[in-house]
Amino acid sequence: MRTFRIGGLHPHDNKAFSAHKAIADVALPKQAIVPLAQHIGAPTKPVVAKGDKVLVGQVIAEAGGFMSANVHAPVSGTVNKVDSIVDSYGLPMPAIIIDVEGDEWLPEIDRTDTLEKTIKAEPKEIIGKIQAAGIVGLGGACFPTHVKLSPPPGNKAECLIVNAVECEPFLTCDHQLMLEHGEEIIVGIDIICKALSIDKAYIGIEGNKPDAIEKFQELVKGAVNHVEVVPLKLRYPQGGEKQLIDAVIRRQVPSGALPIATGAVVQNVATVFAVYQAVQKNRPLVDRIMTVTGPSVKNPGNYKVRFGTPLNEVLEAAGGVPEDTGKIICGGPMMGRAMANTNMPAHKRTSGLLLLPENISTRREPENCMRCGKCVDVCPMGLEPYLLSKMGDMRMWDEMEQHNVMDCIECGCCLYTCPSNRPLLDYIRMGKATVGGILRARAAAAKAAAEAAKNEEKK
Amino acid sequence: MNNLIVSPAPHVHTDNTVRKTMLNVIIALLPALVVAVIYFGFSALIVTGISVASCVLFEHLITTLLMKKRSTIGDLSAVVTGLLLAFNLPANLPWWIIVIGALVAIGIGKMTFGGLGNNPFNPALVGRVFLLISFPVQMTTWPVPEGFATKYIDAATAATPLGLINEGAVDNLPSTLDMLLGHMGGSFGEVSALALIIGGIYLLCRKVITWHIPVSILGTVAIFTTILWLAAPESYMNPCFHLLTGGLMLGAIFMATDYATSPMTPMGQIIYGVLIGIIVVVIRSWGAYPEGMSFAILIMNACTPLINHYCRPHRFGEKPKK
Amino acid sequence: MNTIVISLITLGVLGCLLAVILYLVAQKFKVYEDPRIDQVEAVLPGANCGGCGFPGCRGMAEACVKASSLDSLLCPVGGAATMGQIGEILGMATSAGEPKVAVVRCNGTCANRPKTTTYDGARSCQIIHNLYGGETGCIYGCLGCGDCVSVCKFGAIQMNPETGLPVVDEEKCTACGACAKICPKKVIEIRNKGQKDKRVFVSCINKDKGGVAKKACAAACIGCGKCQKTCKFEAITVVNNIAYIDYEKCKACGMCVAECPTGAIHATEPVMVVVEKIKAKKAAEAAAAKEAAAQAKAAETTQA
Repeated sequence: MRTFRIGGLHPHDNKAFSAHKAIADVALPKQAIVPLAQHIGAPTKPVVAKGDKVLVGQVIAEAGGFMSANVHAPVSGTVNKVDSIVDSYGLPMPAIIIDVEGDEWLPEIDRTDTLEKTIKAEPKEIIGKIQAAGIVGLGGACFPTHVKLSPPPGNKAECLIVNAVECEPFLTCDHQLMLEHGEEIIVGIDIICKALSIDKAYIGIEGNKPDAIEKFQELVKGAVNHVEVVPLKLRYPQGGEKQLIDAVIRRQVPSGALPIATGAVVQNVATVFAVYQAVQKNRPLVDRIMTVTGPSVKNPGNYKVRFGTPLNEVLEAAGGVPEDTGKIICGGPMMGRAMANTNMPAHKRTSGLLLLPENISTRREPENCMRCGKCVDVCPMGLEPYLLSKMGDMRMWDEMEQHNVMDCIECGCCLYTCPSNRPLLDYIRMGKATVGGILRARAAAAKAAAEAAKNEEKK
Repeated sequence: MNNLIVSPAPHVHTDNTVRKTMLNVIIALLPALVVAVIYFGFSALIVTGISVASCVLFEHLITTLLMKKRSTIGDLSAVVTGLLLAFNLPANLPWWIIVIGALVAIGIGKMTFGGLGNNPFNPALVGRVFLLISFPVQMTTWPVPEGFATKYIDAATAATPLGLINEGAVDNLPSTLDMLLGHMGGSFGEVSALALIIGGIYLLCRKVITWHIPVSILGTVAIFTTILWLAAPESYMNPCFHLLTGGLMLGAIFMATDYATSPMTPMGQIIYGVLIGIIVVVIRSWGAYPEGMSFAILIMNACTPLINHYCRPHRFGEKPKK
Repeated sequence: MNTIVISLITLGVLGCLLAVILYLVAQKFKVYEDPRIDQVEAVLPGANCGGCGFPGCRGMAEACVKASSLDSLLCPVGGAATMGQIGEILGMATSAGEPKVAVVRCNGTCANRPKTTTYDGARSCQIIHNLYGGETGCIYGCLGCGDCVSVCKFGAIQMNPETGLPVVDEEKCTACGACAKICPKKVIEIRNKGQKDKRVFVSCINKDKGGVAKKACAAACIGCGKCQKTCKFEAITVVNNIAYIDYEKCKACGMCVAECPTGAIHATEPVMVVVEKIKAKKAAEAAAAKEAAAQAKAAETTQA
């Protein structure tokens, strides 16, 4: 079995808690809180006001540019207010609050389960539909999908890689989605292939999901395009875009370049399903599947959650917050963010809720770095975390830049593996943020200087 | 429920710790200690005990009294230093010399630089070389391996095989099998190549060390001495002899692989190992000291930062490997 | 004799030859440097704190020598005295600036501002800031990990373990601004030291609405504007639910401090003496008014 070539490790995957649990619906909330910023890029502009009646699927906030994604009403009802709420990280988050009344959908949305195999839309139209449906990468980064499907000039897409790796421990939502909606995903792959005018696609699945691998190997036999199922060796962070491209087609994205430079377009399996729904069923992105799990959660499982549902209610559906909970994480344990409260609503970015008991929530006391080099061994980007973290602690930003800190994908392997429990990634992440700021300032200064020179010439 | 805990990702952690790593090294050193007790009797245990106890005590005193910090003896690294130091000593060394060696090893070799991980040189070797230079007579009179009959004080003494070569007494050399098992004169921890190799395999299995450093050192020594031996068999010993004597195994498996003082990347580790191998053979063949492992490792310890500087890991996306 | 002569000649020739080579090399690689840079650097404090905005004292010296006027340049550590000396060296006039000091604009002590979460990670304010809002309900206030302490080159800031807030040692503080720059929440401000150390400032930067701010921290500025009305010198402005005192206009009369309902306005010792008097006077007035009212009421009842 293939895997990526640099670094990586295999944390205990702990998927048994919620694996093979059928996707269950979470009841609609009484009041839905729909955040305006659910993606990377420009914020959206609300187009509804207090008192407006909305139907499910109706656009309530428009994209603020190409690099942005529409927000649709996930529930039907009356807009209560457009306000700022405090999100789970204690930070303000602008949101539209809707009082739920019934569950009425826009009439053009096809809500039946029939499989629509024939793709009527033309490539341009497909991308337009995806853009209108507000689809973003559902793997966690929330990068607008239509941007990814429009390669910048000079780059040509050669193949599609479907990211069905789900390498984060605990999470099982993609796995369950594949088992329940495999046929739709295959059609979704065909749609994306048509949009990109390519005929080669790979589905990368990690070996701990043998039933999904088997199912897809059956399904691809009937596919229009050359879809190949690639079983991958268990290795974190295989679901990272760069690592997955390396694992599947043996090409490495050069430092600083976009993944499209290798000719591969990577889409998460849940995104592919959303694309199918948007193009074949006219259904915008209004819900997602979330894994709610943890060693002491009463009903761990995979839940279909309408956006805007407060996470409290999602947790209630899974049997409530256990007494011994020390930490609630939005996402997986390796890259997810720990939450300060559960007031936030579910949105495009919440891929799972992980409740860790108190005894495994705290870090151990850091000790001296004994320079064992384990962090260097596991770094999937070939960096030197021990060195970068020391530089970060000493605020040596220039040196960090020279040592390629911007290549760091923040996968957490270094901190996971450190026998001395050193907070390596904390400092690297801080350095990355600072160096990123310096680089942006430098680019802006260079641009300004170039423009000044141009103006000078004109005179 | 208490306040929620918030920390940056990742939220799970390996159960490997410094303590577990050190414990693995200690376990790997036990076969050699057992062999030492078989050949040198309780004197080996006495020396080991004094060395370990004084290393731990000095580390505890220095951290708590001088550095005013939490004592770091819990990570067991001082025990490892004590064991390695003891293994490099003759079994009949007076107790006060051992204590001085431990003080130098921990005090100068390790804690002056800030403790575990910050030391540029292997502490046990710093202690050992200090003693070798300061007490050359005591450090180079080894007891005859007489099993439990070996006395700690006033034992009959014998030279090491390499010492014999240096003196030209080629006829008294032990057989290859004796050298493999450790039935010869020498520092009590380094005599049994077999026990050390068993320990090394254990460390490799537990992923405490990688193969790069030991294999490159032993390989280089084997190749280099084979060339010399083939060129002039009358003046140079065969490679088998070199591999099994003079603490080469102990150095290659346990001392050169010390995390803090060896390079980080596989490429760097191979360069480091090859250079140690060359220096050892050069010192043994043409130098004044009969064995050169300690000096070779210390010299290369000094070069480690330089090797680390030039041997960066292969960055992702940097001309992909085939 | 012969040997001595030969060796003398050899060494002499060798010496001359090397001298010539050295001279040629020195000429070839000569870098011209204004000698005044060294002079200016000599009078600078040499802490290389970067408070002036240049990379170290050498950078500052170069900038001074290059500059056409010293007005926009200031060594915050040496202050007016140092700038005067530099002016003398360079033959330029300097304008004397007011002495300044760093103040911590947060009074969210452990007692005032209860923790709502527990942070467990590397102890750095910047890391917490990048991660989330902070351990308390207030996302504007001090994070308490002491980045300012670690960045201070003069040992002028220490964390107070009881309050969890940094404390500035006025004697040691040189107002270099390193702490203000590093603080991710911008809690630290460089303000005029004031005459006889008389300083008044709002010790809160919480921009939330009154109720929210008050819920998160007992000592929060709720933006009620009472201080603004009280101030006779128009030194106080309330923007974004937060009051700000302009130190150029403030006369440190202490009226606002006595007026503030949450105690968010902080004053130094010399001002507090006055404030206590104002408060006492006010209390007496209030008591008198109360008594008068009671008497009036009593009179009313007797009349009735």
